[in-house]
Amino acid sequence: MDKLITVSPSPHVYGDDNVKKLMYGVIYALIPAFLVSVYFFGIGALIVTSISVVSCVMFEYLIQKYMMKTEPTVSDGSAAVTGVLLAMNLPTNMPWWIIVIGALVAIGVGKMSFGGLGNNPFNPALVGRVFLFISFPVQMTSWPEPIVSRLQYADAATGATPLAVIKEGLAAGVPMSRLAEQIPGYLDLFIGHLHGSMGEISALALLAGGIFMLTRKIITWHIPVSIFLTVFLFTGILWLINPYDNADPLFHLITGGLVLGAVYMATDYATSPMTPKGMWIFGIGIGVITVAIRVYGAYPEGISFAILIMNSFVPLINKYVKPNRFGEEVKNG
Amino acid sequence: MIQTFPKGGVHPAEDKFAAGSPIKTLKVPEAVVIPLSQHIGAPAEPLVKKGDTVKTGQLIAQSKGFVSANIHSSVTGTVKKIDSEPDSSGYKRTAVVIDAVDDDWADGIDTDKTLKKNITAGADEIVRRTLDAGIVGLGGATFPSHIKLSLPKGKKADILIINGVECEPCLTSDHRLMLERGDELMVGIQLLMKALNVTRAFIGIENNKPDAIAHLSKLSADYEGIKVRPLKIKYPQGAEKQLIKALINREVPSGGLPVDVGTVVHNVGTAVAVYEAVQKNKPLIERVVTVTGRDMKEPSNFLVRIGTPVRTLIDAAGGLPDNTGKVVNGGPMMGKALNSLEVPVTKGTSGILLIPADKAARKPVVNCMRCAKCITVCPMGLEPHLLMPATEFGKWELAEEERILDCMECGSCSYICPSGRPLLDYIRLGKSTVSKIIRSRKQ
Ligand code: SF4
Ligand code: SF4
Repeated sequence: MDKLITVSPSPHVYGDDNVKKLMYGVIYALIPAFLVSVYFFGIGALIVTSISVVSCVMFEYLIQKYMMKTEPTVSDGSAAVTGVLLAMNLPTNMPWWIIVIGALVAIGVGKMSFGGLGNNPFNPALVGRVFLFISFPVQMTSWPEPIVSRLQYADAATGATPLAVIKEGLAAGVPMSRLAEQIPGYLDLFIGHLHGSMGEISALALLAGGIFMLTRKIITWHIPVSIFLTVFLFTGILWLINPYDNADPLFHLITGGLVLGAVYMATDYATSPMTPKGMWIFGIGIGVITVAIRVYGAYPEGISFAILIMNSFVPLINKYVKPNRFGEEVKNG
Repeated sequence: MIQTFPKGGVHPAEDKFAAGSPIKTLKVPEAVVIPLSQHIGAPAEPLVKKGDTVKTGQLIAQSKGFVSANIHSSVTGTVKKIDSEPDSSGYKRTAVVIDAVDDDWADGIDTDKTLKKNITAGADEIVRRTLDAGIVGLGGATFPSHIKLSLPKGKKADILIINGVECEPCLTSDHRLMLERGDELMVGIQLLMKALNVTRAFIGIENNKPDAIAHLSKLSADYEGIKVRPLKIKYPQGAEKQLIKALINREVPSGGLPVDVGTVVHNVGTAVAVYEAVQKNKPLIERVVTVTGRDMKEPSNFLVRIGTPVRTLIDAAGGLPDNTGKVVNGGPMMGKALNSLEVPVTKGTSGILLIPADKAARKPVVNCMRCAKCITVCPMGLEPHLLMPATEFGKWELAEEERILDCMECGSCSYICPSGRPLLDYIRLGKSTVSKIIRSRKQ
């Protein structure tokens, strides 16, 4: 009996978090946004998501097994998370083969070429998305109409996102007050009744998932809050200076991929800073770049680029921004 | 808002199964193994030899050097041998083995249970008696107590902190002590206050022991300067630096001591031992030990003679459950796994914890996914995910720069890591190498 006893160093108890649980937590958190998408875009949302998840998992498995010759770890759920997030960033009428290419780039280039989970500097889903965006700009920017109960997958009727409507309108010299009539009301925007990528349309559903992740301690609040605050302040200042040529801050918060990016993509463990101070720097950077691209750049939307740009600063931030050490600044009360 | 320390910490399941069991005095064992090294510092030097007869409470080994503590016989009988015996560390260390025949206490020890409230000893005498009685920190750190009572030149303390936190899950020995021996504790605290020449003492107790908080609050009303302070439940609040931060919001600097911020911390068990030493002339030959585990028949708190084999305690608590996978000396977060049940209870044994086989194994280790949870929970503000590879790849300069020596080995990082990474194992290794390097640099 005594021989059977394990002798190992402390601690002897462990918390019940593991990679799988955290990854599945992210997937559960995305269920509301997924359901909203199915509600507005129908079966297309389901098909796009399935293709994306299956291809991501498959590519990770094949690469690990036959190229890296290691035990595949797809059961940890991280490839599935990349798959869901990639799908969330696509229109629901995306041809299947483009999705497969996106998945290959996301997993192969974005993740496995760096050594897999935890080693990748850029968010894999965003690597996939940006690659598709550059390679297939037409398919990536033709969003189907959001109408309830639709059964077709590829749909003919498409339109521009509210952000694009504003961007093009302003560029053509149309004042903000006139453009506002062309986009849905704020409540519709908030709930998700708008053109857009399948997962980014409903700020409400995305925030609900975010709160779930906060309570489960899957993410901390620092990155999303710093992004929201920065975008709100930056666009708020522009709007106060010139309300005729600028959308108001609330509009910026609830449209486009801002909530999806801030809550689910920017918080990716491997590609975001590890200390609260670092997270603030990261979040503010993303906020500023996003607004700069939206307002002054060539694209109506900027969060994907903003996150990828800030991803590249993460090693630097981690190196120089340290947690508050105990006993460092001696403030004695 | 209830006080706690602000940075890091975890909250493992408390599992205080033995909280409701009053302290039972365990019968004097037939033989005791008394290691000469039951404290941090130099082992004591034996004063007896094979064949000598000794009485309960008789000095059998003398403190050697500054950081060391006296050792007394915990039984009456004959010295069978002085030899290398395995102790809880798993190594063999010199110990005095005594066959017990009786329990005849040495002269001058007052074994009467009546409370002796009246303090006549002066500060110097209190320190001397603490030294004579071989008292060490009973919270588990086993630092010789008289040293903490003799403040270095030029340092001054203004507040005494009494650690009744018992933040380790499963352990309940301090809890029971506070409930059952509160009066002695109060006198002990007064003695410590007198020795340190301070007028204020705070007893920190975590909120999961409301009965102890209520009981000691009531008792302390009669004692000038002693206050009970309830604390929020959070591990490792019993660590000195965290407890000081939680109670009086002072931050002990890196590499510094509590006295650098004007305070000294003693465990409740230590305070009771000081009471016995000064007021009753009784040396430290027994202590309260929690014996517990999820599948234990009768989780208990025992008053045990030092040197009693661990197996005896487990038998007294209903025997070893068949599914036992690990036996730990101490709590689940900082205790040491035993490789034998024959090792003796020592001054630092606060609990014996039986972990069932299904909980004994570690989690599988996978890649660090840089989730930062280890940083969030580290009470010292370190980056365990960085310290582990620094050790792994021998980057000692980086490890030192990242203040690896500040790690107090609380285990919070290993506890929380979702990737199952053995962070603290590596950090321990790194600490010892880095301190060796620093020492050689000084020479
Ligand atoms: S690094 Fe040390 S002090 Fe920090 S959590 Fe880990 S064991 Fe505790
Ligand atoms: S908790 Fe574990 S997985 Fe997370 S950063 Fe620390 S070492 Fe890496």
